[in-house]
Amino acid sequence: MANQDVDQSKRRFLIAATTAVGGVATAAVAVPFVLSMLPSERAKAAGAPVEVDIGKVEAGSMIVVEWRSKPVWIINRTQAMLDQLTKIDDKLTDPKLDVPQQPDYARNATRSIKPGLMVLVGICTHLGCSPTSKLQSGEEGMGSDWPGGFFCPCHGSRFDLAGRVFKGSPAPINLQVPPYKYLSDSRLLIGVGQDGKEA
Amino acid sequence: MQKYLTCALTWVDARFPLTSNWKAHLSEYYAPKNFNFWYYFGSLAMLVLVLQIVTGVLLTMHYKPDAALAFASVEYIMRDVPWGWLVRYMHSTGASMFFVVVYLHMFRGLLYGSYRNPRELIWLFGVAIFLCLMGEAFFGYLLPWGQMSFWGAQVIINLFTSIPFIGPDVSLWLRGDFMVSDATLNRFFAFHVIALPLVLLGLVAAHIIALHEVGSNNPDGIEIKKNKDPVTHIPLDGIPFHPYYTVKDIMGVAMFLIVFSAVLFFAPEMGGYFLEANNFIPADALKTPPHIAPVWYFTPYYSILRAVPPLFSSQFPGVVAMGLSVVAFAFLPWIDRSPVKSIRYRGVQYKSWLAVFVVSFLILGYLGTVPTTVWGTFDKALPLVGGVDRANVFARIFTLLYFLFFALMPWYSKIDKTKPVPERVTG
Repeated sequence: MANQDVDQSKRRFLIAATTAVGGVATAAVAVPFVLSMLPSERAKAAGAPVEVDIGKVEAGSMIVVEWRSKPVWIINRTQAMLDQLTKIDDKLTDPKLDVPQQPDYARNATRSIKPGLMVLVGICTHLGCSPTSKLQSGEEGMGSDWPGGFFCPCHGSRFDLAGRVFKGSPAPINLQVPPYKYLSDSRLLIGVGQDGKEA
Repeated sequence: MQKYLTCALTWVDARFPLTSNWKAHLSEYYAPKNFNFWYYFGSLAMLVLVLQIVTGVLLTMHYKPDAALAFASVEYIMRDVPWGWLVRYMHSTGASMFFVVVYLHMFRGLLYGSYRNPRELIWLFGVAIFLCLMGEAFFGYLLPWGQMSFWGAQVIINLFTSIPFIGPDVSLWLRGDFMVSDATLNRFFAFHVIALPLVLLGLVAAHIIALHEVGSNNPDGIEIKKNKDPVTHIPLDGIPFHPYYTVKDIMGVAMFLIVFSAVLFFAPEMGGYFLEANNFIPADALKTPPHIAPVWYFTPYYSILRAVPPLFSSQFPGVVAMGLSVVAFAFLPWIDRSPVKSIRYRGVQYKSWLAVFVVSFLILGYLGTVPTTVWGTFDKALPLVGGVDRANVFARIFTLLYFLFFALMPWYSKIDKTKPVPERVTG
């Protein structure tokens, strides 16, 4: 067949149409491929709320529990520790808690429901290492003006006993307070807030 | 006998371009006659790639990509599998040696302007190979499921969290769970043993096809194809790759294998630089080791990440700087405006900047292996830097110099006082 017999515009239309339909089909099949990498139902189920007995956490000490495979710290702060919190506002990046790193019911001076008991996700907001506890004020290696808190070994971020980040740390925002509620005086549920909201 | 072999070859050649490929890529591929020491590392990189694939396949036969079994299966390979220790140490040493030869291979490119016209695509394929290799190393490092594996992966995946708006969803998608977990290990295994090796092999093929299309550069940075024999059209300064450079490369392989074996048999952990002590502790999601650092070949970029302070309540600028520090190499063909290619004919400006770049790269590399407190802090009375970690300030200075090497290149490479380039290669 001679070239002049070919309807070039029809041919171009067919090429464009085939490319478009093929492209849409490829994009459509990419969706399940991409979504298959999201957390599975099993992983989501493993992320269910956990119940913790806090009756045995002595004053001035902390325990670590696992929630969604993350370390959650439960710190029983003494009155002396709580007194320190109010004195260091000028050293903190976000003392007013503007960044929503806590549920509304924990957006207060102590970042907790009951003043003494602090609940924190123990994952640094910089790049996700788990900071080391340096609970005592003036603890060794932390300087004489250290009010007590946490130190991240990876990149040197520092947090106070309410998980608030100190200025000059590589971590940009405060540690996260997970949603939690009291089931009784000595039992805590982590993962569901007292306002009923889940994480 | 000879008759039958010739007959068989004729039969194959009628069906597959065996002889013509042999000629095009080996016996009649004319490479410049003045290759020196720096030209060993391309073929050595190929050798290490083959070693990694062979040892990798053998490791896959015994390794279990399961968070509950992975750590123990690596120990099983080390203790119970016949010669398993050798295969595993070859693979882990091979990973580090891969970066050694690739860094030297890239430095050769900087020395002799191998990325310049008409070799831009060779260079871009090379940068893609380098990125792919970094991915291979990162995914592979999670597999032993030690503490360093776990927290290294945690930190790197969290880099993506800092991307504005979509970051947290991206990192959740990458991990397939709320933390680095079994799902993450399983998919990293898939990336490490199948996805990236396929991409890597394709890129290596493209790299070599592009190279053989335009021909190799050489230490004088001049085109041997400009001076051809008027009758045979063979470059006057070219010699056939085979047998001349195959024999030379075998010599390089022998020297390389001596070094490789010395590391493999006498210092497979290389004092914690090739295999870190913390990685002999099983992964623990609740406890970060007191000092975490990436393996040595990532430390310059890690230093750059650490050096950039957070801006606008976000770590993203540091992540961007780290990404740029690797991608910057891709721009070299277009930002180098020197009339000459090789360092032999460049002036003092390029030489100085290259020296600054190499020193910055090495110091950043060192700083990335140690905590930021390593050099103490500046005296509190000093202006600007008072009370700040010394190492942090130096990391910032060298990060700046690292980027200035690239950023200022369009200017200093152009105004540099170059020497005249000879017509023919100088040997």
